[in-house]
Amino acid sequence: MINATNLKAFTIALMTYWVLSFSATASPVETFKFKDDVTKVRFQTLTKELRCPKCQNQDLADSNAPIAADLRKQIYAQLNQGKSDKEIVDYMVDRYGEFVLYRPRVSSLTYVLWFGPAAILLFGAIIVVVILRTRTNREEDNAELSNEQQEKLKQLLNTTPNASTHSSNEKENNH
Amino acid sequence: MNKAIRFIPLVLVIILGVVLYRGLSLNPQEMPSALVGKPMPDFKLTTLLDENKVVTKADLTGDIVLINVWATWCVYCKYEFPDLIDIVKKEGITLYGINSKDERPMAKQWIEKLGNPYIFSIFDEEGSLGLDMGVYGAPETFVVDHHGIIRKRFAGVINPETWRIEFKPLLSQLKEEFKQERLAKKGKA
Repeated sequence: MINATNLKAFTIALMTYWVLSFSATASPVETFKFKDDVTKVRFQTLTKELRCPKCQNQDLADSNAPIAADLRKQIYAQLNQGKSDKEIVDYMVDRYGEFVLYRPRVSSLTYVLWFGPAAILLFGAIIVVVILRTRTNREEDNAELSNEQQEKLKQLLNTTPNASTHSSNEKENNH
Repeated sequence: MNKAIRFIPLVLVIILGVVLYRGLSLNPQEMPSALVGKPMPDFKLTTLLDENKVVTKADLTGDIVLINVWATWCVYCKYEFPDLIDIVKKEGITLYGINSKDERPMAKQWIEKLGNPYIFSIFDEEGSLGLDMGVYGAPETFVVDHHGIIRKRFAGVINPETWRIEFKPLLSQLKEEFKQERLAKKGKA
């Protein structure tokens, strides 16, 4: 028995190790030396914010395409030259267009992109409110009885206690 | 009023359908170049065949020219070469090359073996001119007008068909523009 549990524990450990060994990411490895941690973080942020022009569903940090490597080098060089993040992003946009931005700028072209979801949500909310209002109005309409109906209701309520005994008589009267 | 509301979802679905259907026929690789309408970037590089000869933007511009980005590491460029030579011969266009991120001896060998469609090729070893022009691969071909303004970027292989569809109409339009401007200048003088 002891052997069996040991074996089980060993297998689990082995499996965990095996799974973990696959979780290492396949991002390209380059040896950039940064002068300080701030620059390193800026480099990492920039390469995540910018899209690779060639392989369109990857950011610069993740792509193995030659162009992505070139652009990473370019970003590294410009960071070392003391350029600001905005200057570097502008440099890329000037050459590769707005397309390289994963977070597009707010402009007349991207209004739909930025405000579309909010507008659709608002539109939906308005529709829901309108529907709910008309529904409660209708219920209120049903609740309010005309004078005539109120009278009838009173009569009915008054007659109910004896309704069972008089029911036959009423039928006769109606005829 | 209520009946109209009932149709709103249907209308929305139809609109969404049209938008998505249109999206199917778009080519995601076809990107508008950021440089169309902008001047050709400045550069100072040597030519492929003569490493002592320095060329700049001024050597290219002044006429309607085509600039083709190529390299020996680019397989499709090899397919493109014979067609380029043919088109230059037939159409009488002015074609320059940018030899991008290549090795000089290998690129020279190519030209000797396959022929040379270019007036000259700019030797862009670091890919700096390519970067300034927003190149992300090869082959790519740019059309630059007589004012030195980039008018078109074409990413892909030029063959008789793409030439006819992508370049011919634009080139005749540019030639017409050039002609009109020259006439206007003459009129003033």
